[in-house]
Amino acid sequence: MTVLQIIALVLVALGGAAVVLTPEPLRQTMVLGIYGIALTLLFMVFQAPDVALSEIVVTGIGLPLIILAALRKIRQQEDQHRARAGEREEAK
Amino acid sequence: MSRVVRLGLFVVAGCGLATVLVIGFTGLPDFGGAHELVGSVTNLTEPTLRHATDVVTALNFDIRAFDTLGEEFILFVSVSGVALLLRHLRDEEEDVDTTPGIEEHRFSGASDGLKLVSLVLIPLILAFGAYLVFHGQLTPGGGFQGGVVLAAGPISILLAGRYLSMKRVAPGRLLEAADSLGAAAYAMVGLGGLIFAGIYLKNFLPLGFSGHLLSSGEMPLNSVAVGLEVSGAFLLTWTEFLDQTMIGPPSGSAGE
Repeated sequence: MTVLQIIALVLVALGGAAVVLTPEPLRQTMVLGIYGIALTLLFMVFQAPDVALSEIVVTGIGLPLIILAALRKIRQQEDQHRARAGEREEAK
Repeated sequence: MSRVVRLGLFVVAGCGLATVLVIGFTGLPDFGGAHELVGSVTNLTEPTLRHATDVVTALNFDIRAFDTLGEEFILFVSVSGVALLLRHLRDEEEDVDTTPGIEEHRFSGASDGLKLVSLVLIPLILAFGAYLVFHGQLTPGGGFQGGVVLAAGPISILLAGRYLSMKRVAPGRLLEAADSLGAAAYAMVGLGGLIFAGIYLKNFLPLGFSGHLLSSGEMPLNSVAVGLEVSGAFLLTWTEFLDQTMIGPPSGSAGE
């Protein structure tokens, strides 16, 4: 095992733990993106450039974009609920 | 369920998992010591018999071409499912550009620097994606990898804060067409094998010279078909998700 491979494995282990231990979803998405880059490095040094190429796009943009869109939708709906609740309060 | 019960369950399940993993891992060959027969055989046969220099692509489009067909349609069906589900939820006019009262929710944070970088990156990303698709059988990469990179090109327009411009570059109908045409083209190439060589997905085209752009028979065709499908599928999924949040009636922009 080369030094680069050990570094990549350690980075992936730390990155995976960091993703799980990040409590807030928005931050978690960002940490996930960085974790994806660590995974890309891992695939690269383990001689799987094909997988690395897919990985960098899928966890770099693909997954975060979908999660961010979902988070934004949830926030919009929460704001709408709050606005409606506020209107009801005023009507009373 | 209380915290103590959950922790107890975790300890029991964790111990079980650890035991199974230890039993499983002790039988494995040493790191880097496993030179499997199948790997050696493909490394030897694919470059000589199929004139492909990237053995991974050769595996995907030649040895297990039928599996790739299945994967192709897994992606196709799941993306169709996402599109169906989200469009039903949206319950809006499909042609957003011409619908009155619909406007773009812009990012407030897209700075001039970010816009410039996105603009510079778009042609580079597209060129790299096209390179990956067309050199599938020569260098690492291929249809799937090239397809996702190609799909990342239009997304850069979104990162510059211009979602509707992105939709003008890559409208939904075009993405649907790319997705379904790519999936169909892969199946059709396989049909060519059935007609001209008697076996579905058999490599029936002339193999050409090893290292040339048009070599390895039908692999470049397969690669282009998969690239078309994957780029369409990914962009379509993103578009469906982003349609939910990035555009809408102006009054609903409370989340800005």
